[in-house]
Amino acid sequence: MTQRLRLVLLGTGLSTLLGLLLWGLHGVPPFGHYRGPYGQLVDTVGERERHVTNMVSAVNFDYRGFDTIGEEFILFVAGAGCAVVLRRQGDPAERTEPSGPLGATEATRTVALLGMAPLAVFGIYVVAHGHLTPGGGFQGGCITASAVVLVCLAGRCRTMRRIVPETLADLWDSAGAGGYVLVGLGGLAGGAAFLSNVLPLGTTGHLTSGGTMAVISLAIGLEVTGALLLIVTEFLNQLQRTPQEDA
Amino acid sequence: MRIVDALPPVAPTLALLIAAVMGTLAKLERWRRALQLLAIVTAASVTAMCVVLLVHTGDGVEVHWFGGWTPRSGVAGAPSRIHAIGIDFAVDPLGAGMATLAGVLVTAALVFSWRYFEQEAAFFEALMLGFLAAMVAFSFTGDIFDLFVFFELMGVCAYALTAYRVEDRGPIQGALNFAVTNSVGAYLMLAGIGLVYARTGALNMAEIGEALAGRPLDGLVVVSFLIIAVGLMVKASIVPFQFWLADAHAVAPTPVCVLFSGVMVELGLYGVVRVWWSCFAPAFGAHATVVKGVWLGLGISTTLVGALFCIVQHHIKRLLAYSTMAHAGMFLCGIALFTPLGLGAVGVYVLGHGLVKGSLFLGSGLLLHRFRSVSERALFGRGRVLPLAGVLWSIAALALAGLPPFATYAGKGLMEDASIHAGLPWLPAVLVVASALTGGAVLRVGLRVFLGLGHQPPDDATSRHAGFEEETGEEQHTPVTMWVPVAALLAACCAAGLLPALFDGAQTAAARLLDPLAYGHAILAGTPSPVPAVHLESTAPTLFDAGTGAAAAVGAVIVGVVPCAVRVEGRARSAPARWLRRLRHLQSGDVRDYLTWLVLGAGIVGAVLALGAMR
Amino acid sequence: MDFLPYVVSAWLFGVGVVAMVTARNLISLIMALVVTQSSTYVLLLAIGYVTGAAPPIFASVPSSTPAVDPVVQALTLTDIVVEATVTALLLTFAVRAHQRFGTLDPRELRALRD
Repeated sequence: MTQRLRLVLLGTGLSTLLGLLLWGLHGVPPFGHYRGPYGQLVDTVGERERHVTNMVSAVNFDYRGFDTIGEEFILFVAGAGCAVVLRRQGDPAERTEPSGPLGATEATRTVALLGMAPLAVFGIYVVAHGHLTPGGGFQGGCITASAVVLVCLAGRCRTMRRIVPETLADLWDSAGAGGYVLVGLGGLAGGAAFLSNVLPLGTTGHLTSGGTMAVISLAIGLEVTGALLLIVTEFLNQLQRTPQEDA
Repeated sequence: MRIVDALPPVAPTLALLIAAVMGTLAKLERWRRALQLLAIVTAASVTAMCVVLLVHTGDGVEVHWFGGWTPRSGVAGAPSRIHAIGIDFAVDPLGAGMATLAGVLVTAALVFSWRYFEQEAAFFEALMLGFLAAMVAFSFTGDIFDLFVFFELMGVCAYALTAYRVEDRGPIQGALNFAVTNSVGAYLMLAGIGLVYARTGALNMAEIGEALAGRPLDGLVVVSFLIIAVGLMVKASIVPFQFWLADAHAVAPTPVCVLFSGVMVELGLYGVVRVWWSCFAPAFGAHATVVKGVWLGLGISTTLVGALFCIVQHHIKRLLAYSTMAHAGMFLCGIALFTPLGLGAVGVYVLGHGLVKGSLFLGSGLLLHRFRSVSERALFGRGRVLPLAGVLWSIAALALAGLPPFATYAGKGLMEDASIHAGLPWLPAVLVVASALTGGAVLRVGLRVFLGLGHQPPDDATSRHAGFEEETGEEQHTPVTMWVPVAALLAACCAAGLLPALFDGAQTAAARLLDPLAYGHAILAGTPSPVPAVHLESTAPTLFDAGTGAAAAVGAVIVGVVPCAVRVEGRARSAPARWLRRLRHLQSGDVRDYLTWLVLGAGIVGAVLALGAMR
Repeated sequence: MDFLPYVVSAWLFGVGVVAMVTARNLISLIMALVVTQSSTYVLLLAIGYVTGAAPPIFASVPSSTPAVDPVVQALTLTDIVVEATVTALLLTFAVRAHQRFGTLDPRELRALRD
């Protein structure tokens, strides 16, 4: 198809579709005036029933916790998918380690190395307080993984791999993903529904409150850290390959 | 708690748990066989659980509320309604049946791949189990956002598996086209879910249905239904959203194609059925006839385009993919009848088609393993050394056309009866023609490859094209682990066709699904769903069914034999051939073209729907 | 003003699709897909917003405080994870496409002409 024809067809289709979308959006309550029952219900009962203060986490890790299992496995499967697509093809030249400074200047190196430790601590904090304050396993996991990736940005990719080797990232990835399912099965084993809370709920506002939610947040944090590091490692493995090498 | 109550959540999560374990162990080359065995055992156990659920749900809906969060009433904002706060699995016989089909096909594909990959196949089993879990959860869920999540999980597994043979160029491009088009579909679906949530404040499908019912139809409802359905129809390969299908099938490993064709495409339609009857049918009320018309139009175009592209193909996997497309169109027509008999017939037909198509794809995998090619031209006469495969292939080709006693015959026959009951006496003709064309095309491949019938066709450039061949070097031996699944799936299709209880069960289940408010009440209020007092049509095969079955089979034989006897290649300059070539060029391999068609199609379908609904 | 966020969402969708269809580079095609998806974030968050209400986190305010809808925020989080993973996977395809075809121009990918 020529670019011109494509644009004509797209223009026709897209203007119709956007018109329809706006027609549909016209029926949405005006911005800022939403009164849907689901969110109100969670806001009303969440703290009382779950002894947590972060309602978004209450939805993610408990009321709609099964969605989060699916979501976590999307990440897990994508990590496996990246590993499959970027797997080495048996060419010995592919095994070279990217060891150079990767264009890191003195300034990036300093900032990266300075930021690393606080970022790691902050990530773990965000994971651990997911049920109390903004954050949770996904957000904290991303921050923790970034802390490790900073080592590479500082030009020390080999050190980064020594801190978290691929097998360790793999292990975190699997343990986090599998751990969440095990928590769910724990509810079944107790004779209740899948993902039912089996731990004491604790006092609202305390770190140990929320029962299984805190465990789930930790499992997700582990999985997200592992999966993201795995994906980054897979991409780094490509760095020293040239386009011709595989062709 | 009874054991059976635990099965709905355990079936998908067991597969996920084992997938997670295999993610870590995948790199241990020494444990390769043990891991493969573990995957097969897991898939078989999940299948067994789905079968138990299928039998058990014969008399109702099996509901499981995750976390024990059952619905509650008396909420500020909408006090009269019952609200779901958690996610539910609502397993009915149709959902359990789809999950069973997925389980059977994954098990067969895993057995087939026992000795299929020569290279290390790390993560293959983990991805397959993830795929299985996603399909099972998609079939079970009663929550529309959960449906989206598992739609995406299914997608991500499928994209990665399509690109599995990264050493070639084709799989990369095929996976890219597949992933981009399906992602745009998924985002449309999510936007539709957002619109529905804005109106109802609910994500549970039964609750959405109750909340939308009894209000005048407006733009929000029409548009949200449109974009959710378009998203699902991309997966179901309905014209004009189908372009990814042939590309993905041409390049994905053959055991994976079994799942794409046998169950993933059909799950797209299952999603449409679920969403329409649970959420939107009550809201559309009398305007439902517009939806019916649109679906019939889309279904017939898909059937005809699929059948036409199927007979002109020489790349066996592409040919089978177009046959799947033709069948998806027929299924949509059956759904569009809006009757229990029609929907029940589609259920039986999907089961029969999935099993036969699985057998055919594994058969093409057998050829690929042995001869390193899936080009009908390159394989001409070389299949003589595999007479058993030739026999199985020909039987499967006729079964695809609807030969008794296969389940495809029953499904097609029931759908023909249903179309006559629904006042569409011309629809059986479409079904017969499409069945004869697709079955005949497959039979033609069998006659040429296994018997070397007719003229040796000139080898063309495309058959030697890079990316169409999966491995290198020819094999002298076909392992028994490849024969068994090919034969077993065919036998299963035959067995399913001999189970009249299945047909009645499918019709009862369909009748219950078509009564959305009763379904909603059963889920939200927790009262056991009463068996609806519907008049079930007779599902016994009639003389008419036998006639159309014979017509389709004879037609398939004619379509199969004639091209072997007559030189059709010489007619390439005629006007129809030129038009056909132009049409085939639309399948350009450029994902940007596919997106253009997707948007244009969504716009046109939407405009028709909107004009009809506002009249 | 009441309708503006929804227009932004529709606009993002349209812009993303146009950018995808006119892309001359796989990386920009993938980034355009991300833009398309971001329309769903804007839509979901805009739906649940309540003027003057607090975030649905009651760590320092009592739980009776009017708050915005927490459910759409949870859905958006899921949506973001989906986006990140699909993007990562698509980028691996782009890396491989560059290795196999020697180009990132979608017009030059010609393994699948029917």
